[in-house]
Amino acid sequence: MNAFEYVNPSNLQDVPQLLSQKRDRKSVVMAGGIDLLGELKDNLITPDRLVNIKALDLRYIRHSKEGVRMGATTTLSDLVSDEEIVKTYTALAEAAESVASLQIRNVGTIGGNLCQRPRCWYFRGEEFHCLKKGGHKCFAVDGENKYHAVMGGGPCHIVHPSDTAPALIALHATIKIHGPNGERTVPAADFFLLPMENLYQETVVHSNEVVTEIFIPKPKAGTKSTYLKFKEKGSMDFALAAAAVALRVEGGVCKDVQVVLGGVAPKPWQADASALVGQVVTEERVVAFANTVLKDAAPLRDNAFKVTLSKTMIKRGVLALV
Amino acid sequence: MAKKVHVTTTINGEEREFLCEPRQTLLEVLRDDLDLTGTKEGCSNGNCGACSVLLGGKVVDSCLVMAVETEGQDIETIEGVASPEGLHPLQQKFLEHAALQCGICTPGFIVAAKALLEKEPNPSEERIRLYLAGNLCRCTGYDKIVRAVQDAAAVMSKA
Ligand code: SF4
Ligand code: FES
Ligand code: FES
Repeated sequence: MNAFEYVNPSNLQDVPQLLSQKRDRKSVVMAGGIDLLGELKDNLITPDRLVNIKALDLRYIRHSKEGVRMGATTTLSDLVSDEEIVKTYTALAEAAESVASLQIRNVGTIGGNLCQRPRCWYFRGEEFHCLKKGGHKCFAVDGENKYHAVMGGGPCHIVHPSDTAPALIALHATIKIHGPNGERTVPAADFFLLPMENLYQETVVHSNEVVTEIFIPKPKAGTKSTYLKFKEKGSMDFALAAAAVALRVEGGVCKDVQVVLGGVAPKPWQADASALVGQVVTEERVVAFANTVLKDAAPLRDNAFKVTLSKTMIKRGVLALV
Repeated sequence: MAKKVHVTTTINGEEREFLCEPRQTLLEVLRDDLDLTGTKEGCSNGNCGACSVLLGGKVVDSCLVMAVETEGQDIETIEGVASPEGLHPLQQKFLEHAALQCGICTPGFIVAAKALLEKEPNPSEERIRLYLAGNLCRCTGYDKIVRAVQDAAAVMSKA
């Protein structure tokens, strides 16, 4: 790990300035630091300055009749132990609880979970100067690609590692970002970028900006949601495939349904589930829908299993809520 | 080299001050600077839990916490678990059940299990396994560990 300076601003207005440095110097945001320490230890980044944002009073969960506001440095454990989140925004609570271990959820934050970098082992391995790091080659294409993308890939084939992101998109969350020109708010669905849109960053957050708050509007009465995650290692792991589902059934008929997949594409993969709306949700219809979602999947040599797995996650996730 | 930072914490009930570089982890400072070598380093990346300590009463991987960030905080390590009167019931039960072989994972398991029993004095086996999912043991196969925790819980709730 290289040496760096650690700054601890207590005023949000100072953050963009602290993040903007002269060309050859680099600052990074530190929230919980879980992913950041991993990046530092692997020498993926060699910043000159760490800007800690935990002194900014961004650790809060505020419920109102409009919905819930969560500060960016709210820990994943905070979310799991908030009864109202468990009850009303179930998919988010389940997603947060599925992240890593208790040790990590006690430190890791919701903002950090959204902004973490990919787990592709070539990306994490110092010796591979791959496309994403400015090199000329994606090593996953002809390499070990069991954990890579089956949809939305190219020229880089990472999967987005966040569990909370699919849940937030399924629940129509918005994300507030603070930068040199003040604040902007983007829907969670537009927060992530595919490699074909931007090879070097996975989100719309620029290097002089910081995520400050996540808002989820209160779901319509009768909405249920869940997050289903399949892990290779049961105790703690990233998703091989996951599905966040939000569903509202009235009088036996589906009024609204959102399905967002995790672990299968470079960003959370939002499915078009409109075919289910207005229908009675039967197993047959859900299977047909799952087949449509995956119909354009383009697996690599070792990850075709993710196509079947994703369909199963969709099926189980939707049927669990009917 | 970046300027060293002066940090004041409470470790196992005693006020401890230290100077550290911003890039030092809590694990490094505990082991290398404060001679608290009971906390172990396994993976150094959040996978094994051997470095578990309590920070503000919550179990964390000390290899993924920067030491500068512990300013003003309460830290509890394995060295603070036993009392002058003797071993903590968890330590006693780990011995009785032979819930350790090489012992590298043991301080982490005990610190994490202690945090669990302080919150939930009578956890089910499922809760124990869930709570300890961030602690790896390459030797025992976990059953003995879970039984030791259950047994310690039983002893502690009788006391
Ligand atoms: S998938 Fe992306 S991060 Fe991984 S080797 Fe290819 S270009 Fe690099
Ligand atoms: S050494 Fe910290 S989790 Fe393994
Ligand atoms: S006793 Fe050896 S790792 Fe657990």
